[in-house]
Amino acid sequence: MYTALIYDGSFDGFLTSIFVSFDLKLEKVNIVKSQFFQDSFFEEKETIITDKEKADRVWLGLKKKIKPIELSRMYYAFLSENATVENALFMAIKYVFKSKDNVASNFSNPYILEISKLSKNVSREKHRMEAFVRFKLTKDNIYFANIEPDFNVLPLITKHFKNRYADQKWMIYDLKRNYGIFYNLEKLETIQLSFNNSFDPTKTNASYFTDSELEFQQLWKDYFKSTNIKSRKNMKLHIQHVPKRYWKYLSEKSPI
Amino acid sequence: MSFERVQEKLNILADAAKYDVSCSSSGSNRTNKNKGLGDASASGICHTYTEDGRCVSLLKILLTNHCIFDCAYCVTRKSNDIKRAAFKVQEVVDLTINFYRRNYIEGLFLSSGIFKNADYTMERLVAVAKKLRLEENFNGYIHLKSIPGASDELMREAGLYADRLSVNIEIPTEKGLKLLAPDKNRADFLKPMKKVKNEIIQYKSEKKIIKSTPKYAPAGQSTQMIVGASGENDMEIMYTSNYFYKNFNLKRVYYSGYVPISYDNRLPQIGTPVPMLRENRLYQTDWLLRFYGFNIEEILNNDHKSLDLDIDPKLGWALRNLHEFPIDVNKAEKRMLARIPGLGMKSVYKIINARRYGKLNWEHLKAIGVALNRAKYFIICASNEYERRDLTAQKIKGLILQNSKSKYTKTLSNQLNLFG
Repeated sequence: MYTALIYDGSFDGFLTSIFVSFDLKLEKVNIVKSQFFQDSFFEEKETIITDKEKADRVWLGLKKKIKPIELSRMYYAFLSENATVENALFMAIKYVFKSKDNVASNFSNPYILEISKLSKNVSREKHRMEAFVRFKLTKDNIYFANIEPDFNVLPLITKHFKNRYADQKWMIYDLKRNYGIFYNLEKLETIQLSFNNSFDPTKTNASYFTDSELEFQQLWKDYFKSTNIKSRKNMKLHIQHVPKRYWKYLSEKSPI
Repeated sequence: MSFERVQEKLNILADAAKYDVSCSSSGSNRTNKNKGLGDASASGICHTYTEDGRCVSLLKILLTNHCIFDCAYCVTRKSNDIKRAAFKVQEVVDLTINFYRRNYIEGLFLSSGIFKNADYTMERLVAVAKKLRLEENFNGYIHLKSIPGASDELMREAGLYADRLSVNIEIPTEKGLKLLAPDKNRADFLKPMKKVKNEIIQYKSEKKIIKSTPKYAPAGQSTQMIVGASGENDMEIMYTSNYFYKNFNLKRVYYSGYVPISYDNRLPQIGTPVPMLRENRLYQTDWLLRFYGFNIEEILNNDHKSLDLDIDPKLGWALRNLHEFPIDVNKAEKRMLARIPGLGMKSVYKIINARRYGKLNWEHLKAIGVALNRAKYFIICASNEYERRDLTAQKIKGLILQNSKSKYTKTLSNQLNLFG
């Protein structure tokens, strides 16, 4: 019989679930985020309370066993929020702990392969977000950007932005997952905002943003246009590099 | 900053700068200092792509398009009747900083038309970079153009603030330069390039002894050549390129298909298509030289002065050297693996890693990502199936072209008929 382990959706919660499944010697588990859980007659049910200590024990155990790059592949895959990723990670982690040698790069194992593929997708979008974030300067002197990535890449990109924008306050907000990261010149904070109904993330409302903000967006749009060589036009390549789903928040692609 | 004036200048001076193809923002190692602005240590980022599919990574502008020279191939030539403009140093600084803070760009690529003289122009370019570094504490990427004929003293200073410096030689041969840019001479291009090369070597060796030696042009030098403007063949272009890689330690040579901009009868007329396919073949050759261990003489020589347009240069070499094949992928050394058509360097490394655990067959090679439609005529692997017919080069070429689809098919249809 399967046991459903219901966790809060955090990475530590997930690792706690792994700890519990090992602790209770559960062979057949279905690790599921509480928001997606559906009760079933054919499953036992266990609610996991996130426990940092237990989570760390699993993480450190893995760290001793596999290489840093393999470890980060697992974290990246988790952030894909793919429906089967918890199961794949559970099977892969079990496989890693059971084997004597390091097998975390044995791609003939279907779970290891799946993790590698998912992590590649996440890593691609991480890089895209580092490129496609467009800050707008608010009246409170905060550089604000909203994003809607396919995967939960926000935790992966903050270090990049912190290294680069050390002297300005900035905030990147994931509208899809409703949380953001705020840098207050000292450190990073995770925050949740409630937006006014009149707030349209695709527009630059003059009551929130500085007067010069629209001017710089216009200059950027102009630059984008002038730097194009018409006789070399290649829209297929353009769209391949800048997929349409990201256009909404790219100032150079949106009509003002 | 007056918005309308800057807007007009930006439109003119970005439009004039767009024929410079370099946009790379990688290769530097400048990190964020003292909680300042920017970081150029990561690999480059393309923040967006224009509709022609080229990456936009830097704010690429001219300081001015006033120019005392009259080079036929250039839009900003003295005799061209166009709107002229000039940025003030502070305007460029403000634009760069504000674009950078909004995450539009990785940094600045500043070039310029030549006004008054070389030193006067170079001095202005250096002033922008200096201001960005010292007053704004800007650690993003800066690419400055070295102005031909600029003094050694200015070039030395430029390298202290810029990540990359470049001089565009534009016309691959001296004879072409005489025809199209009679008031320029080759030696003026080479002088700043040589100075920067020597400074880089000197700073690097000093850095080994004294750790606090400042950075000097950490992303090196590059140059650009126009393709298809002055009638050179591929051999002349690539031999020139090879000369610059060898003698000036260049990081990159860029090839820019000539975009017709003038009715001058020394040049291809307006409306002539941009030679994009030829440009692509030159880049492929450039890669073969830099990453695949080929010698220039193997690809281009007196018997073979231009690259095939319908097939890539590696396949061309293989067809002329069928006696080197077939290659056993399970035994061959790296050097030979890299010479198999249809195998990129990534596949080469994957093969070398994978064959430690067992013999590779066609399935494995396919999974690794080898383009078997080309490679299958040139290799044997752990399988009884391989090309047994003794095919001629012409026949192999025909078979490959028949079974592959090139994005350039339209451009090629004329040539394809010859071999069909």
